[in-house]
Amino acid sequence: MTDIRYVAPQTLDEAIGAYAAAGSAARILAGGTDLLVQMRSGAVKPGLIVDIKKVRELTAVEEISGGGFRIGAAVPGAVLAEHPRFRQTWPGVLEAVNLIGSTQVQGRASAGGNLCNASPAGAIVTVQGPDGRRELKVEDVPAGPGRTNLKPGEILVSFTLPPRPPGSSDAYLRMIPRTEMDIAVVGCGVSLTLKDGVCTHARVGLGAVAPTALLVEPAAQALIGSRLDDTALTAAANACRAACRPIDDKRGTIAYRTQIAGVLLKRTTNIAAERAQGK
Amino acid sequence: MAKLHVSTTVNGEPLEFLCEPHDTMLDALRNQLALTGSKEGCASGDCGACSITLDDRLVCSCLMLAAEAEGHEIRTIEGMARGGRLHPLQEKFLEQAALQCGICTSGMLVASEALLAKNPDPSEEEVRFWLAGNLCRCTGYDKIVRAVLETATEMREAAQ
Repeated sequence: MTDIRYVAPQTLDEAIGAYAAAGSAARILAGGTDLLVQMRSGAVKPGLIVDIKKVRELTAVEEISGGGFRIGAAVPGAVLAEHPRFRQTWPGVLEAVNLIGSTQVQGRASAGGNLCNASPAGAIVTVQGPDGRRELKVEDVPAGPGRTNLKPGEILVSFTLPPRPPGSSDAYLRMIPRTEMDIAVVGCGVSLTLKDGVCTHARVGLGAVAPTALLVEPAAQALIGSRLDDTALTAAANACRAACRPIDDKRGTIAYRTQIAGVLLKRTTNIAAERAQGK
Repeated sequence: MAKLHVSTTVNGEPLEFLCEPHDTMLDALRNQLALTGSKEGCASGDCGACSITLDDRLVCSCLMLAAEAEGHEIRTIEGMARGGRLHPLQEKFLEQAALQCGICTSGMLVASEALLAKNPDPSEEEVRFWLAGNLCRCTGYDKIVRAVLETATEMREAAQ
């Protein structure tokens, strides 16, 4: 490791300036739970490390008008879990974030760093680079394993989760071979709104069954307009299975992952529906 | 290559050290500050043997750059005994033989202290969940979990 530099700027503009000027040799340091492992293994040899945790906007959880939330890209999972109100509004997002790693990892690892595990909340992501600030849908950020659609010099600033109508909730389930601390065979997130028992809005996300997390619109459409009865759940489960393009590996075969995606869709939807009804 | 100058607080004592930009906090503790209680097991955040607290939050010191300690408060296993007296968790680990080879023990103790600070009355499941990032290849965990639960009970009684 020669000529490596470390900077911890106080403002976003300084961070972007340093990051963009250093080009492809620069790495952003938020929680460091991936970066330090990559550096240690020699997979990454950064010329410049930009520690973004001194920039307040990147480490803050703010409530926005109407009851939504803006989560700084470097906010660790443990801090989000301690927020007094986030858990009530977005329990499924919190479940997904808090499944990442051990207590020690939760103390550092951020949703921003883990965007490739993006949950299906309908979040908007704010990024800022040398050409200014722009917003992206969260599902548009990952481009493939280890790749994103951020431009050179752009830094992920925050996630914005919108306010929710009454009768809304969400849930996230993950299937792993161990009971804790493993990588998902399949992950499933469901966010929905119920009105008089009828599903009026739904978003369904699947993880680990394709090169990036998938937003499964046909599954959401199968739920919307239904009372989440067996017919609707089976149709949505089949839509999830149809969307899967998984790999075969030691954690699960293609056939197994595809089957489990449908099972998790049903279970996750039921949990989200119970929460939405305040049960 | 210029070394970085870091001002921080370790176990309540303000101190300064020099480090390379790529040095981890674990490197600095062990090599610059002669605090070798924190152990290197995996160097990838899986085993928890290097557990410390950063501003009272449990982290792996192998996944933190030494430069990040600037302006923050670090606590290590060396700060756990106060005034020459072992912490109740340390006493209980000895009494119950909740260790064998000892490599994981400092991390287990630091993690357990952080748990009891946040939750003085944890269930067995909560203890096991909290300590899931601390690996032990000797004990089978049972004695560790029992030692933490018994210490929690005694500390609650003592606080009344």
